[in-house]
Amino acid sequence: MTRDRAAEDYALPHPGALEAESAHVFREVAATFERPVLLFSGGKDSMVMLHVAVRAFWPAPPPFPVLHVDTGHNFDEVVEFRDRVVRDTGVRLLVARVQDDLDAGRVVEEPGAGRNRLQTATLLRAIAEHRFDAVFGGARRDEEKARAKERVFSLRDEHGQWDPRNQRPELWNLYNGRHRRGEHVRVFPLSNWTELDIWSYVRDERVELPPIYYAHRREVVERDGMLFARTPHLVLAPGERTRPATVRFRTVGDATCTGCVESTAATDDEVLAEVAASRVTERGATRADDRVSEAGMEDRKREGYF
Amino acid sequence: MESGAQLLRLATAGSVDDGKSTLIGRLLHDSKAILADQLESLERVSRARGGDRLDLALLTDGLRAEREQGITIDVAHRFFATPRRRFVIADTPGHVQYTRNMVTGASTADLALVVVDARRGLLEQSRRHAFLSSLLGIPHLVVCVNKMDLVDWSAERFAEVRAEFERFATRLEIADVAFVPMSALHGDNVVQRGARMPWYEGAPLLHHLEEVHIASDRNLIDPRLPVQYVVRHGDFRGYAGTVAGGVFRPGDDVVVLPSGVTSTVAAIHGPGGTPLAVAFPPQAVTVRLADDLDVRRGDTLCKPGNRPRVGRDVEAMVCWLGDRSSLVPGARLVLQHSTQLTRATVHGLRYRLDVTTLHRDEAAESLSLNEIGRVSLHTHTPLVHDTYRTNRATGSFILVDETTHETVAAGMVLAPAEAAPTVVRHRPAVGREDRATRGATVWLTGLSAAGKSTLAVEVERQLVAAGRPAYLLDGDNVRLGLNADLGFSAEDRAENVRRVGEVARLFADSGTVALVALISPYREDRDRVRAAHEEAGLPFLEVFVDTPVEVCEARDPKGLYERARRGELRGFTGVDAPYEPPLRPELVLRPDGGGVAASAARVVGLLA
Repeated sequence: MTRDRAAEDYALPHPGALEAESAHVFREVAATFERPVLLFSGGKDSMVMLHVAVRAFWPAPPPFPVLHVDTGHNFDEVVEFRDRVVRDTGVRLLVARVQDDLDAGRVVEEPGAGRNRLQTATLLRAIAEHRFDAVFGGARRDEEKARAKERVFSLRDEHGQWDPRNQRPELWNLYNGRHRRGEHVRVFPLSNWTELDIWSYVRDERVELPPIYYAHRREVVERDGMLFARTPHLVLAPGERTRPATVRFRTVGDATCTGCVESTAATDDEVLAEVAASRVTERGATRADDRVSEAGMEDRKREGYF
Repeated sequence: MESGAQLLRLATAGSVDDGKSTLIGRLLHDSKAILADQLESLERVSRARGGDRLDLALLTDGLRAEREQGITIDVAHRFFATPRRRFVIADTPGHVQYTRNMVTGASTADLALVVVDARRGLLEQSRRHAFLSSLLGIPHLVVCVNKMDLVDWSAERFAEVRAEFERFATRLEIADVAFVPMSALHGDNVVQRGARMPWYEGAPLLHHLEEVHIASDRNLIDPRLPVQYVVRHGDFRGYAGTVAGGVFRPGDDVVVLPSGVTSTVAAIHGPGGTPLAVAFPPQAVTVRLADDLDVRRGDTLCKPGNRPRVGRDVEAMVCWLGDRSSLVPGARLVLQHSTQLTRATVHGLRYRLDVTTLHRDEAAESLSLNEIGRVSLHTHTPLVHDTYRTNRATGSFILVDETTHETVAAGMVLAPAEAAPTVVRHRPAVGREDRATRGATVWLTGLSAAGKSTLAVEVERQLVAAGRPAYLLDGDNVRLGLNADLGFSAEDRAENVRRVGEVARLFADSGTVALVALISPYREDRDRVRAAHEEAGLPFLEVFVDTPVEVCEARDPKGLYERARRGELRGFTGVDAPYEPPLRPELVLRPDGGGVAASAARVVGLLA
């Protein structure tokens, strides 16, 4: 009867419901924290995060800057893209460089290990220097099993550490962001999104992404069953050969440990179809550092990584 | 899969080792949501642990300590989708010491899966979780009677567990309960129907999850917009927030609480400024008002004729989550509600509830970890709120410890108890347990000519025939005597409902089933009667006789609709006065429900 008919009329289909939930989280942080910052790599999750933030505070710009933790091992296309998007959006860009910590001797590079793990020290330094009290990250619970255990508001101690056994209960949409001086809160507005939701949103909202997310020709090298792009940062081992291939990236990160997949998907619709049919997770396909151990992500999160 | 599919949020519940994690693993595995690299890692770890088959539980137990101890410690969120729906599962721990994490996972759920081991039946933790699901207002519950392979796929055993649960559930407030016999280990009746239980005629679990109707679980009747953030940009001033109830449209008159200032909605914007003709929960919107007012975060926009309560004294059920402290009268805490933040003092602990037996301990002096009780709170600033039963968003709050900043309690607002300080209750010599029968109130509500009285007469006949004392309080009959002094204004209708509710409560207390057939059009009036029953520890079962107004008008046995249409009757429900259907009735009966005797039998079934 009338009640049911009304209920169907007022349905907010997914992913509108996800966007609403994320907008709620952004507004909550903006209203209750003093110095929030949004982590921004130029990748698809951080682009969606920025896009939702811009929409949540319309017509004002988002009331916080964005921070790129720069490993120095970037894809040039992504850095160019990052700078243009930031200019168009009107947000302030901060860059924290891993190279600065290497130069100062605060961290030491392990040969062949990539710089992903080193980012943690640089991130924590930036948080301390700017006295950020809330740090938005684009992590999703569908990515990895340690992330599946993460709250939307995740308290970190003065060393940036996550204690999975002692997380705050998180009820309804009431987020407790209270913390002591020196502590901060990691906030994950995209917690309940999946890779497919991200791509649906990118398509529906026409969110622009760096070109490497779409099929293109480039020189690649096969290593440990994964394809890596030939970049100045990738040192070829003896006997390794590059070959041309048509590929695209499912995630964007440190160029030395982010693999690509062979693909001809050149539009959002084609990528969406490919993601829906994929039998491998994005991290399984393209993140070398997740293969280190069963609890690789949990260990890195405990140290202060996302 | 389709973009635009509806999202269903699930929470799992049940004792440790009943197989919750395995069930989720099975749901994901059989619905093809586990991808090749995850499966490969699962196989590798299963083998390394010496298992001869795939250990699906390893999929959700992601932390080191969980895998080492083989138990779930914290809530994990898992995602899967079918062409019909998308699902988020909050996989919650079964161990008693992690009850607070179960509460965390269940607070936003549309549906709870209570997993029961067919061999062991309903254990304390299953009861606890079913009760918590009811307390948290989860509208749908599926009891998964698992491990049927270990009881030889026995239909009798399934029926026993089901009957045991139903006996317990009559004391809970859950509108919709389904039962599925299954083996998560082997996959029978999880995604596909199993061939080994031909006696089971229902659908497998996944089918049920795809079909359950959730669109009307939201409150679309009482408009509420808690202001979360004020957006200022040049001349633009907008109030951003998530619609917590009801429907707003441009042009609506609104009142800002707690100040009470009124204005008109000039425009509503969705994310990115999209102009909206209508806003409803859970949309995140920005509203502009016609007048330049001082509106701040923590204020609530609502309609002048439909306001939440504003006050500093709140009655609430509280689940204590803190492990280093306990709730004691006099304690001071921070109360976080919707977008409001205030200090609160615990005025009194009315009782502590044993969540297994549902016994109320009125002598309790504190609540410690995982304990639940009813408290009265006094807040520093006025709280704009509804009861949790009416609205989960504006009726819930958390309590935060001022020094540690930990979240120490989850709270749900109840209707306040009405106290008459000059009248002292006389203590009876006979307790309820001394009486031969247990009483209850069955409240039939619906439009005039919906069929309430016809149904109530048949329910009374069936109960009395079965030897159960019952008495019908018919709306028309009480107006000839007890309520002969009342008219049909909103106030008089409220008083009519209050008096009948009081009489029903006395009948129920005496061990009789009070059957009330009364239009009782306003939800608030009925909820007050329910609250009075809950306060007294008596079952109150709301039955919504949901007959469409066209059907009622076609019947019109007393010619009332015709007179109302001619303008001879004013304020007639369904014609020129509103009817507010129950949000969570214990039972809904529709005219196509199979005849009076069958419908009455369903009502009697509630009392079993």
